[in-house]
Amino acid sequence: MNLTLKVWRQKNPSDKGGFKTYKLSGISADMSFLEMLDVLNEDLSEKGEDPVHFDHDCREGICGMCSLYINGQPHGPHQTTTCQLHMRSFRDGDTITIEPWRASAFPIVKDLVVDRSSFDRIIQSGGFVSVNTGGVPDANEIPIPKVIADESFDAATCIGCGACVAACKNASAMLFVSAKISQLALLPQGKVEKKERAEKMVAQMDKEGFGACTNTGACSAECPKEIKLSNIARMNREYFSASLSTENV
Amino acid sequence: MSWVSKTLNSTLGKKLLMALTGLFLILFLVVHLAGNLQLLLPDGGKSFNIYAETMASNPFIRVVGILNFGFIALHAIYSAILTRHNKKSRPVAYAMTKSSANSTWSSRNMGILGSLILVFILIHLRGFWYEFKFGEMPYVTYDGETYKDGFAIVSAAFGNIIYVAFYVLSMAVLAFHLSHGFSSAFQTLGLNHKKYTPFIQKLGIGFAIVVPALFALIPIIMFIQNS
Repeated sequence: MNLTLKVWRQKNPSDKGGFKTYKLSGISADMSFLEMLDVLNEDLSEKGEDPVHFDHDCREGICGMCSLYINGQPHGPHQTTTCQLHMRSFRDGDTITIEPWRASAFPIVKDLVVDRSSFDRIIQSGGFVSVNTGGVPDANEIPIPKVIADESFDAATCIGCGACVAACKNASAMLFVSAKISQLALLPQGKVEKKERAEKMVAQMDKEGFGACTNTGACSAECPKEIKLSNIARMNREYFSASLSTENV
Repeated sequence: MSWVSKTLNSTLGKKLLMALTGLFLILFLVVHLAGNLQLLLPDGGKSFNIYAETMASNPFIRVVGILNFGFIALHAIYSAILTRHNKKSRPVAYAMTKSSANSTWSSRNMGILGSLILVFILIHLRGFWYEFKFGEMPYVTYDGETYKDGFAIVSAAFGNIIYVAFYVLSMAVLAFHLSHGFSSAFQTLGLNHKKYTPFIQKLGIGFAIVVPALFALIPIIMFIQNS
């Protein structure tokens, strides 16, 4: 396959940045999108040019490290992670536009690499269960209905890649935050702290400068883990009921 | 900051205000439509004029009317605040977006649709509400009682093809706004469940088609009757 790539190049956070066009030839349709970028970077390195920086880690679709806004969609044309996107999804002669996630809460570090530590700070604000260490509890000691366990697990599949923020016209992080709130609020172990958690995580989300939700559903439609919009409704319920009932006057 | 202002100043709280005021305005549309449909009764505007007078003199309706203005203002002001906030959340736009792949056009353009509706409301208020309230109105007498002849004002306005076209177009804009806003309000309130959400979504689409269509039908029929 022969391709034309329009790639966002930006030296550092304060650089203005801009698109650079590269021609690639001899790309196999069986390559993953990241392998195609590896080929580009080998070419650039051989020419003595600075390779294109992009995030990646497991390349198995489970770590949430890869990103990229490909031809106007986060993670490209399919509902999967960029590492699981293959070149067979493109046609010979295609022009592919590659941009970083765009959000004030995800500042660009270099080229296509963005700083997603705002997500970490949201988790640090309350996305956990406080338990004392000790002996391993017996399995199934706390009965949890199967439907609830499944619902919680569905939310827990969120890998925190940030595609929801990238897809949202408001750069809102509601789908991510709601998945993390839901995953814990549904289970007995997480219920203990659910009110404080909802208040703190929403406050941190706002502090980071993410946008508000317009319920367009773009986040869920683009989420590689198919996190459902019902989680956002649950977050709203959790937050409003927490506002009305916590001890924080 | 008190817990109330903290909650209402969060992004979720601002959306809550949008949803609650939006749902109130949806209810208002139903009441308004019920009044308007009386324009079509074949009694030369008698029922409409008596209805308008009853509404205008009822203290409860007057309070609701003031609330209604307040809610329209709140809905518009909060949408402006949220839009500003959302624009700041993405200072650099994408060079290429394919948003049609993941969302509906109306859901992404609620601000534009809402602004057009606000322009319509202002013109609509000047043409009808202001005239009814402060303008020099013609009077009619039914069974010995004198009423303001609002029907005459409406009938005259709907004799103008440009005004009718503007009205019908505005109702189309309203339809698109409602097609997203109706179900979106319930989602924001946290009401999302597989038992009733599909029904709310269908009801929202039905409401967005039927209510603006009935509103638009009135000037069309009156224009045809006039000419």
